[in-house]
Amino acid sequence: MFRFILRRLLQMVLAFFGTTLIVYALMFAGQGDPIQALAGERPVTAAQRAYLTEKFHLDRTGVGGFFYRYFDYLRNLLQGDLGQSLTGRSIGDILAAAWPVTVKLALIAMAVTILFGVTAGVLAGIRRASIFDNSTLLLTLLVLGIPTIVLAPLAQYLLGVRWQLFPPTAGADPDLYALLLPGIVLGSLSLATALRLTRTSVAENLRADYVRTARSKGLVKRRIVSVHVLRNSLIPVVTFLGVELGNLMSGAIITEGVFNIPGVGFNLFRGIRTEDGPLVVGIVSVLVVVYLVSNLVVDVLYAVLDPRIRYE
Amino acid sequence: MSQSAVRPTPASPTPEGGHLLDVRDLHVEFRTGEGVAKVINGVSYHLDPGETLAVLGESGSGKSVTAQAIMGILDTPPAVIRSGEIRYRGRDLLKLPEEQRRQVRGKDIAMIFQDALSALNPVFGVGWQIGETLRQREGMSRADARSRAVELMDLVRIPGAASRIGDYPHQFSGGMRQRVMIAMALAMNPKVLIADEPTTALDVTVQAQIMDLLADLRRDLDMAMILITHDLGVVAGVADRIAVMYAGRIVEHADVHSLYRAPAHPYTKGLLESIPRLDVRGQELSTIKGLPPNLMRIPSGCPFHPRCPYAQQVCVDVVPHDLVLGDGRTSACHFAQEVRDDSAR
Repeated sequence: MFRFILRRLLQMVLAFFGTTLIVYALMFAGQGDPIQALAGERPVTAAQRAYLTEKFHLDRTGVGGFFYRYFDYLRNLLQGDLGQSLTGRSIGDILAAAWPVTVKLALIAMAVTILFGVTAGVLAGIRRASIFDNSTLLLTLLVLGIPTIVLAPLAQYLLGVRWQLFPPTAGADPDLYALLLPGIVLGSLSLATALRLTRTSVAENLRADYVRTARSKGLVKRRIVSVHVLRNSLIPVVTFLGVELGNLMSGAIITEGVFNIPGVGFNLFRGIRTEDGPLVVGIVSVLVVVYLVSNLVVDVLYAVLDPRIRYE
Repeated sequence: MSQSAVRPTPASPTPEGGHLLDVRDLHVEFRTGEGVAKVINGVSYHLDPGETLAVLGESGSGKSVTAQAIMGILDTPPAVIRSGEIRYRGRDLLKLPEEQRRQVRGKDIAMIFQDALSALNPVFGVGWQIGETLRQREGMSRADARSRAVELMDLVRIPGAASRIGDYPHQFSGGMRQRVMIAMALAMNPKVLIADEPTTALDVTVQAQIMDLLADLRRDLDMAMILITHDLGVVAGVADRIAVMYAGRIVEHADVHSLYRAPAHPYTKGLLESIPRLDVRGQELSTIKGLPPNLMRIPSGCPFHPRCPYAQQVCVDVVPHDLVLGDGRTSACHFAQEVRDDSAR
């Protein structure tokens, strides 16, 4: 197991350099004139242009210049300095403000998913083909069929504006209550998937041979379901939830946009829209790390849950 | 087969004057979307303390379903027990409420299954699984259940039991895994052990070891055993009596020696003739022509008549009753006497 983790950490280093290089290249390759982009519609004086060219090492051209700037960026990154956005703010500060909001949102979504998705999935799996099973199937298909770009404004309008059960938007420094509705909207998609996955897994395991063995041992039904079946059924579910948590942690562009939540996704979207290269690359670099770490955690967790998996 | 290979039938007294386990006229159906499959059609057999009954038949003959009905682990639905009795020490298990029925499982009647890899739970250690019954049903402490599990693993001759107690099922070889399963079934000292094709998934050499182990355990622990198999070779050395099943019925019932010497049912005769023999070389292997019947459309009269070389018009029209041939032998064939005389020749 230790060697597996070590090997995965080495792979992560490669993956990290690879992804940051690609994102860096894509962001700056498509740019016409970054200095003009920074200034927006306003004119740029020759002195300003000379200063900014010098500051961002734009005087070096071609592939050599690109790699010079990339390695310059990496050197700073490895020292913990994410650099500055084109607006002059420290990207580290932007992330420090945005991340806690996104994490809160992700945790609400995850809690909703586990509380309702997994629980309902277990029940539906035990009572296969019942009214409960069929109605959850219908509901989850409905949720999976509606894209977030429709679901989020719909929930905002109905629950936030029309019936005023929740604040329609979050705004700066939102509290938990303001994040509840966006959290539910964000969680609904993973909820539906978790429900289907849990239901299928439980139903499948209930038919497994080891259940017949457990019955022939004279165990009570509740123990067979809650210990033998559940322990096996939850292996794929936990794996899914782990990957999903990694996704949620990296921010939700649409949900954060609709509800005006100043999280990671919101800032990332702003960076893309304003062609703020350093901001986009900075955020994505950190997202890559978050994603890689969460995937590693899932893999290790998988081996812990299923003794048949051995990474050696 | 020589006379000395036959075990003497144990003479231990039967409780309350009856048999230890007595299945009477059991009928089981499976109701599916495609129709009703009549899986068990009037099976009766009994088991006395200390004896080994082999239930022989090809897949789909109903031998496992009968065993699962005895254990009370049939999935209902789709299975429906239409009628019959399963008496254990005089009590009809089919009339017991589920809670009392559960108490019987594992403690009085235990069962081991064919494929130990899928029959054991993959995510728990074997010691945990062996001890689970003891902790749950006898209120044994974790430590006691664990040391008892080691004893049981020693009993089924797993080398280094104490060091392997924390291992998972997939870490064992096929034969060792089947031993784990046997240890688990023995945890509560059952009086009846049902072994459902215990060696089918194993190598031939390992098969013999497991059969020897089962025979020894049955004797040492004074259990009675129902051995379900489709392999005539497995049966000979271990069983006292044999019940041959076909299409959900018992077609022949005899002690091992008589049955091997002179089968009295054409189906049994066909089975015995289809065993390859080392002493007869170059001869074409005999087979039973045709296929087992579709249980949704069992042929009229004797269900074996479409495949039977002895079949006459009476076999198509009349269901044969068990013909008593003496020495506790029965055969459900209109021409039982004739078949036996043919076989004995």
